[in-house]
Amino acid sequence: MLLNASGCLDALVAPDVARSLDAFVTKTVTPLPRDGNAPVRIAETDVGMLNSIGLANPGIDRFLTRSLPQLEKLRVSIWVSVGGFETTDYAELCSRLDDHAAVSAIELNVSCPNVEAPAESASQIVAGARLATRKPLWAKLSPAVPDIADVARAAQAAGADGLSLVNTIRGLKLDAQTLRPVLAPGHGGLSGPALKPIALAAVATCYRATRMPIVGMGGIRTGLDALEFVAAGAQHIAVGTTLFADPDAPARIRAELHALASARGWTSYEDAYGAAHEELLSLRTT
Amino acid sequence: MRRERLSVVGSEQVGPYTLLRVQRRGLEPGIPGQFFMLEAPGRLLPRPMSLCLAPTGELAFLIDPIGPGTRALCALEAGDAVTILGPLGNGFDLEVERPLLVGGGIGIAPLPYLSETLGQPPAVLGFRSDWHAQAGALLPHAEVCVEPKLVTELIPTGHHVLACGPEPMLEAVRELAADAQLAWEAPMACGYGACFGCAVEIDGELKRLCVEGPVLCAA
Repeated sequence: MLLNASGCLDALVAPDVARSLDAFVTKTVTPLPRDGNAPVRIAETDVGMLNSIGLANPGIDRFLTRSLPQLEKLRVSIWVSVGGFETTDYAELCSRLDDHAAVSAIELNVSCPNVEAPAESASQIVAGARLATRKPLWAKLSPAVPDIADVARAAQAAGADGLSLVNTIRGLKLDAQTLRPVLAPGHGGLSGPALKPIALAAVATCYRATRMPIVGMGGIRTGLDALEFVAAGAQHIAVGTTLFADPDAPARIRAELHALASARGWTSYEDAYGAAHEELLSLRTT
Repeated sequence: MRRERLSVVGSEQVGPYTLLRVQRRGLEPGIPGQFFMLEAPGRLLPRPMSLCLAPTGELAFLIDPIGPGTRALCALEAGDAVTILGPLGNGFDLEVERPLLVGGGIGIAPLPYLSETLGQPPAVLGFRSDWHAQAGALLPHAEVCVEPKLVTELIPTGHHVLACGPEPMLEAVRELAADAQLAWEAPMACGYGACFGCAVEIDGELKRLCVEGPVLCAA
């Protein structure tokens, strides 16, 4: 499947882009409405971009009464990203979404770099959410941890159905003249090509550690980028920053993936799934 | 919104700015005040630019080379290709009596196309130097001033103001004319409502300038 990274598309403003995906992932919904952080919120870096939006969203009440009914009309599969500040927030959000047939899956954003992180560990959040919903639960993890395999195994043990890898990683840009942070909140989350090798490593590590279904994301701009994530162990692919520059990216990446698969004589790009690990093993034995 | 790869027809220096002309092909020029996202060669993100002029078969953008993206755009030459998305956002409301165009610095960018559409109404422009004021030639009938004189000192009463310029200028115009239409600017990654980067305070809430604007009523 090809998805968007949470927070990188508004399906209600750009419905055609959402329809070009296999599923649309919402911007993270929190219990209460949030205006988000003060501007300036984004900045381009040499090989990526920083954002510090701060989970701007209408809150779960307005999301359920206003946004979700409109999203349903688009007839795309909907994944809802949820975020909170305590374990109970996630459980409450999952419980509120559980009855809504239009919601295909829930992504637990346990790793936003732009808000105060929840004190509880990812495993507690997943365990709480698991009790609150029967929907597929995807834990979105940060690569900025000592050992992402540990976090992935803990999420798996707590009942996650899959992993979304990776969230942005904290970065800072200074203004060349003033030498002060460009973003109003100071730091932001780094995305784009700069994140790709970090994300690929996280996908490969979590694949080896858990064999769970993974949505791979981080700097994917081309079919070849996507194929690398599949080879590293991602069943699904999400595009984020590249959508900003190219709203036609999903169709293009899909076409490039199919062309790459055909060129190798495969029936589907999915034939590459996990291929990187075969290579690692064979290298190790020679 | 539509995205196309267009050929550069040419570019010319206008004081410190560059007027970049590209083939129009399937892109509509849109309503004055709307904007386009221009691929910045070699950079990750496109740059938002309002349309400056709409010659037959072409689109023209006035660009201030202030950073790596805008410098790359200004370096484009005839025959180069550039991908452009648009038109985007909400332009000026053109159903107004006695319009007056007010521009400051690179903020004059949308005014030539607006002036043409409205039948060349009166215009006042302000620049920081004589060099910058060469861009006043894009609006030949406009009254032009250079700092320390401020453009807000040239605004007569009894007009409906349509303005674009730096934030302090727009704030000053807002004080003078509560019904003015003001075209604002904010850093933008996408231009079509996806990134939430261009948030500005509207009616006490942070909203996306690319969706709600970039032209907003002063009140």
